[in-house]
Amino acid sequence: MATSIFGSGIRRREDPRLITGAATYTDDLSLPDMVHAAMLRSPHAHARITRIDTSRAKKAPGVVAVFAGAEIDALQAMPCAWLLPNSNLKVATYRCGACDVVRYVGDIVGVVVAETPYQAQDALELVDVDYEPLPVVTDPVSANKPGAPQLHPDVPNNEAFHWTVGGGDIDAAFKNAELVVKERIVQQRLIPNAMEPRAALAQWKGASGELTLWNTTQNPHILRFLCSVVTGVSEDKLRVIAPEVGGGFGSKIAAYPADFITVFCARKLNRPVKWTESRRENYQATTHGRDHVQEIELAAKKDGTILGLRATVWAGMGAYLSTAAPGIPTILHGLMLSGVYKLPALKEDVHGVYTNTTPVEAYRGAGRPEATFMIERMMDKLAAELKMDPAELRLKNMIPRFENGHSVVTGLSYDSGDYPAGLKKLLAHVKYQELRKEQADARKKGRYLGIGLATYVEICGLGPSQVAGAIGFQGGLWESAIVRFHPTGKVHVFIGASPHGQGEETTFAQIVASEIGVDVGDVKVFHGDTDVTPMGWGTYGSRTTAVGGAALVFATRKVKEKAKIIAAHLLEAAVEDIEYGDGKFAVKGSPDKAKTIQEIALMAHVAWNMPKDVEAGLEASMFYDPPNFTFPYGSHLAVVEVDTETGQVDLKRYVALDDCGPQINPVIVEGQVHGGVVQGVGQALWEEAVYDENGQLLTGSMVDYALPRADLLPNIEVLSTVTPSPHHPLGLKGIGEAGTIASTAAVYNAVLDAVAPLGVKTLQMPMTPERVWRAMQQAQGRA
Amino acid sequence: MYAPEFDYYRAKSIAEAGELLKKYPGAKLLAGGHSLIPLLKLRLASPPALVDIGRIGELKGLAVKDGKVRIGALTTHAELASSTELRAQCPALAEAASHVGDPAVRNRGTIGGNVAHADPASDLPTVLTALGARFESIGPGGKKTITADQFFQGMMATALGEHDVLTDIEVAAQAAGQGGSYVKFVHPASRYAVIGVAAIVTAVAGNCTSAVIALGGLVPRPVRASSVEKAIIGQTLTPDTIASAAGRVSADLGDEVLGDIFASAEYRRTVAPVWVKRALTKAAERAMSQAAAV
Repeated sequence: MATSIFGSGIRRREDPRLITGAATYTDDLSLPDMVHAAMLRSPHAHARITRIDTSRAKKAPGVVAVFAGAEIDALQAMPCAWLLPNSNLKVATYRCGACDVVRYVGDIVGVVVAETPYQAQDALELVDVDYEPLPVVTDPVSANKPGAPQLHPDVPNNEAFHWTVGGGDIDAAFKNAELVVKERIVQQRLIPNAMEPRAALAQWKGASGELTLWNTTQNPHILRFLCSVVTGVSEDKLRVIAPEVGGGFGSKIAAYPADFITVFCARKLNRPVKWTESRRENYQATTHGRDHVQEIELAAKKDGTILGLRATVWAGMGAYLSTAAPGIPTILHGLMLSGVYKLPALKEDVHGVYTNTTPVEAYRGAGRPEATFMIERMMDKLAAELKMDPAELRLKNMIPRFENGHSVVTGLSYDSGDYPAGLKKLLAHVKYQELRKEQADARKKGRYLGIGLATYVEICGLGPSQVAGAIGFQGGLWESAIVRFHPTGKVHVFIGASPHGQGEETTFAQIVASEIGVDVGDVKVFHGDTDVTPMGWGTYGSRTTAVGGAALVFATRKVKEKAKIIAAHLLEAAVEDIEYGDGKFAVKGSPDKAKTIQEIALMAHVAWNMPKDVEAGLEASMFYDPPNFTFPYGSHLAVVEVDTETGQVDLKRYVALDDCGPQINPVIVEGQVHGGVVQGVGQALWEEAVYDENGQLLTGSMVDYALPRADLLPNIEVLSTVTPSPHHPLGLKGIGEAGTIASTAAVYNAVLDAVAPLGVKTLQMPMTPERVWRAMQQAQGRA
Repeated sequence: MYAPEFDYYRAKSIAEAGELLKKYPGAKLLAGGHSLIPLLKLRLASPPALVDIGRIGELKGLAVKDGKVRIGALTTHAELASSTELRAQCPALAEAASHVGDPAVRNRGTIGGNVAHADPASDLPTVLTALGARFESIGPGGKKTITADQFFQGMMATALGEHDVLTDIEVAAQAAGQGGSYVKFVHPASRYAVIGVAAIVTAVAGNCTSAVIALGGLVPRPVRASSVEKAIIGQTLTPDTIASAAGRVSADLGDEVLGDIFASAEYRRTVAPVWVKRALTKAAERAMSQAAAV
């Protein structure tokens, strides 16, 4: 082909329907006889329920039913699906509806079902609940201390787990250290803010005992299984559909009590029931991210060689363990702590702690931003201590280029990488030395510019199922694809993964088109319906392309093998003599003797003249379990200016260099980097979920919780290098989370670099004007 | 987010709006809906009835006559921000209107609804205070004119009576040698003013002959920075005289400085002079270039 469809920045086919409002989300659906549910949620962060009286609500106009307490207890408890081994994990009972004690503001106490959503909302105010307040604890360090308010009777010190990771001789590292730098970092709690709030629509067909659940999920097959466990509807009679899903960022991985209560109501009432959360409810009850307090020490030699890293982390888990929560601050975090560096020794202790807050789950990057921030913050701190350039220190300690496996201190084997090449390309692009000179000149004029670097490597493409089992993940981590040709040569692709904004309807069509010579417009990708698509484990952890994409490649290649056999038969040649090129299956040496895939598809379907023992039709499926994770990486650089009069930070420039292997569609890659970077910048500068001492969420809406805005951001410059993964058929690694993983640290390092000449040694995120201003005042001895 | 139940009436004229307000006690006027509807959806307000005045033609549009700018209460922020007449005659107001919310809010939200809501962090009350605006309304006692220093009475409170309909807002057009500005420390989430400063300065041969400065955002209702005004009037407008005058603003803030989890009262009080300085500098530059042009 003259221009390859693989690597072409064609437009996303998803966009016209999304941009014009033609997409169908769960809340857009309406069924005959449908009623509306509203969840009654606890206004207390910790309290004993002493009385519930639903009688007034039951009499309210339009109300169909009210269920509370024991009435919804027919549902099984919420399962935790990541049972961390060797961690003394204590999964506290997580009821769909709290019967005795509520443990965070937003814990469900009951449900009202009415003819209209307005009536359901009105009737909520008529349910009388008496609460006896209990003591509240919201931060993980306090909650982990003896004598702290106890959330669950069988979990001393609220410790959900204590997990450790280590390698090398950590004691020797610190004994031999010529200097040790220490830091305490708070990775504040964040609210994922998917554009579409969560919603569920449940339809019970009493006659056949079948249930359909439309839901805002990133992983419909996992939800089908969990729904079966909690509601008792058997898996074969349960259909889960993820219609258009408006982003998730990890918050739509988990299964939620509200979804199962909606199912419960539909069964009880034998009417379709829809529930859609409000934005305020989304803030209170849809999972949050991060919430780490980290104490870190880095041992080094005076020449900058790093020797060992020791850390203790308190990870706030919220009131209950969400579906995949235990794996986030542990497996996806601690195992990546050595980053891109030759770190000989490591020890990290992670305490997962229950607090009277919304449960925490994966949030874009999920554990890896928290790890990257730690090591990248410490590298800058060490550089400052040694008066060494931070870029030079990083280059000195980086793992050199490797193509097929490199074992690190945590026991992982990275797939491939050339970390120094990426950083050097970034530095050359920004003319780093000139940039530093510009910074020095500006300082002479009283302007405080800061330059911040962050390098990262992430673990993506989750992952080999055997490893999933070993690390306690209660499922597999393979992916699946079916490639089905129709008689006219058009193709339907069915995948187990469930994209919700990432663009795989486009990129997966590009994969098929590039593998087998059909027009990209002739390939349609289906996903998100358990009755239509093959089993898959879902879209998260930048795994859809890395794992699902590989499954698709192999399924397409199976079709190609069959096509070759049919072509050989039709062309009266030996199969070994057929070669594929440019969309045609031709006899070697006789390019005129050829069949297109479209001709073969037609012949395979009419089946007038099939080779002996070859089935009619043209389709193949593949269940692909990867041999290892993938490890995308990169280096990012931020330039900021701090207004020393007010403490305001202006992000002036942002350059991202990422290596996700070959790019199917560079425009989509760029979009993923932009979105990811922006979310990471949000953590550095604006976003924080704040609870008061009573466990009330003070940042309860978009009026108080500051999301990134376009006018506060520069154009993001996107660069790349290409280092294929040795174990993916196309070398692909994944790009969904990269931006978020690097950008928080890059921006933090830049702001601190700007104000370091004023004596500021540390800053607290988000770096709001007041916080930066106070840090400057304090450093200058004025506070 | 579902509002509680309410009755809805649409008024065809100002007189009918007044009658409906009388007929349905507790009813609220609905104009652009960008303050009221969010309150309803959050269930922070539950009026029994809304009287929609949004389609009353006589309440719309702005006109300049005899050195006065008359603005109908239903004029949207977008209309104010994009009006070339207003930009020429009253640049501080056009500038403030361009800072309100986001494009969607500016396209629907109205000046009348904004000032009647009297959110302390809103932009227009501050600039209208600096401009000495006159607020005209019609109520049971007939027509009424209220000046800005009387109109804004406190947090979410105005001098409008329960059955009054705000009809017009009048401000003086810019005089020769006058320059106006509005600068804003924007709250990154709400887009409201953490600190908003409006300044109207007259310069003759580089000297400040008059200055009006108003602050909003950090106080329950807009306040005049009279200490700053006194300090700058009669001075040559230089960076030093401006900075020194701006430094006096703490005396004008009173005891009730607002704070929140984003910016404490102490911080706002301490950095207020910086924002006053910036507003004054901008207004002075404009005044001097105006004077040069005349």
